[in-house]
Amino acid sequence: MEDMMSSLKDTYRLYAPKRFPDGSIRYGEIDSLSEIVVDEKSHFSPKEVYLPIVQTIFYFKDNQCEESEIEDGRDILIFARACDISAIERLDTIYLKNGGAQDFYYKRLRDKVKFVLIECPESFDSCFCVSMGASITDNFIGILRDGKIDTKSEPVFVSENKKSVTIPDIDESIVKDVIQLEYWRSFDENCAGCGGCTAVCPTCSCFDTIDVIYSETSLDGERRRVWGSCMQEDFSAMAGGHNVRKRVGDRMRFKVMHKIYDFHQRFGETHMCVGCGRCDERCPKDIVFSDIINTLAGKVEQLKAEGGAGR
Amino acid sequence: MKNVLMPTPHRILNVAHETRAEYTFRVECDDTVEHGQFYVLSIPKIGEAPISVSSKGEGYLEFTIRKVGRLTEGIFGLGAGDTIFIRGPYGNCFPVQDFMGRDLVVIAGGTGLAAVRSMLQHFYANPHEVNSLTLIAGFRNSDSVLFREDLETFREKFRAIYCLDEMEAVGFKKGFVTEYIKDVPFATFSDYNVVIVGPPEMINFSAKECLNSGVDEARIWVSLERKMSCAVGKCGHCKIGGVYVCQEGPVFNYVQAKNLID
Repeated sequence: MEDMMSSLKDTYRLYAPKRFPDGSIRYGEIDSLSEIVVDEKSHFSPKEVYLPIVQTIFYFKDNQCEESEIEDGRDILIFARACDISAIERLDTIYLKNGGAQDFYYKRLRDKVKFVLIECPESFDSCFCVSMGASITDNFIGILRDGKIDTKSEPVFVSENKKSVTIPDIDESIVKDVIQLEYWRSFDENCAGCGGCTAVCPTCSCFDTIDVIYSETSLDGERRRVWGSCMQEDFSAMAGGHNVRKRVGDRMRFKVMHKIYDFHQRFGETHMCVGCGRCDERCPKDIVFSDIINTLAGKVEQLKAEGGAGR
Repeated sequence: MKNVLMPTPHRILNVAHETRAEYTFRVECDDTVEHGQFYVLSIPKIGEAPISVSSKGEGYLEFTIRKVGRLTEGIFGLGAGDTIFIRGPYGNCFPVQDFMGRDLVVIAGGTGLAAVRSMLQHFYANPHEVNSLTLIAGFRNSDSVLFREDLETFREKFRAIYCLDEMEAVGFKKGFVTEYIKDVPFATFSDYNVVIVGPPEMINFSAKECLNSGVDEARIWVSLERKMSCAVGKCGHCKIGGVYVCQEGPVFNYVQAKNLID
């Protein structure tokens, strides 16, 4: 067993959901498979392994930009559930396909990533991965079973969640009405705009860049990429005072529409949301994303009925 | 693999003070740039921001920058001979081919004029390419007028209407650009296009005023400004619904733009 771990670690940095001293379950580097927490859902997603919360993209040295390097040359093996493995394909769409150019910093980590599947014998309370088409994957090199990596058996996936969602049937003829629904105003009060949901989301991909100087007197510094959140008020604020989506309800609408409408509309593949349910567990206001999806589906049907032939 | 986010150092050739808050930086650069495109300008240790190309010439590009944030304030500390880091060009451009042989109306508010300046300079140098050109340019007051020399020479070949929000001045009427749209002789044009650039409200009101004057919305083009942290479709800041301003824009036909809800 120890031999296996040491040979694995020659090839890979191993990341898995483990319990941290503060009680949270997050992805971190492991030394032993026994550290992996499998009977609870991790509070944070594995995306921070290949899309770090903060990453230096280049250094400023002598009036030149010098690309940052990855110090550890090993590949990365991530122990993850089907929803989280499905999520990486959504991130690939943004970082490797959108806009035509591949993102250098994403790709150099992404190319190293391989997965070991953590099976879900049954789904957790907030999961709705089946509705989102994210409960099944073939993107793994082994299955975590009985504390070992099994490369021979067939995987078992959940076929049913306790929660299911109906994706609202939105199209271009109705999207403007959906955006203007009074429903979004309820979040002006109910949502704190904290961005916790986007931090735990395995498919939220937005970032800011910040420049850092090492000291007031030094000319050297670095540019960093840090996670951004569309739920926060300053996300799209421009110098000079122009801002958009000042009301938190509009930011909620922007996020929801991205997750279950316009990502799919733009790329024509899957929806962005994988139904992992982490946003619900993180929310300090007890907002339930699957409830939003279902409520919206009802509102969209209502809009269509009202619009009738006139639409 | 090419790292598209890596800026390259370029020498500043000249800095022109347009107003107290707006400087034009002439930067050494051989890139081929279309009218309406933008670059991401950065100063190490301060940050980066998307800035439209306000003029282009043999071996140089110009960027007109308004001092409104930390980055632009930092850029204001730079002078001729200093280095600025840029990457680009990004975005689409004005459909100049469609403008050829037709009448063109350009409505610009404040710093928005920077985004159309290179195109105006082109049509000034090649006036036969358009049937006629009407330029309505508005500024807050006489202290905020940009490109004064250009504006004066443009009068020679364009139907020029210049105005100030707050005051009257020599060569400038008082009022918003929207007030002068009704003076454009759209009825005498056989075929035309309208370009609107400026702050969001100014674009909205100007477009509505054009529609009031009977302009077909498909003949209106706008250029949008949004926050960007990458300009290559990754950072998510400029996304409006399913549209990325850095990819599908910044120039949009009004038929599409009117449905873009942030």
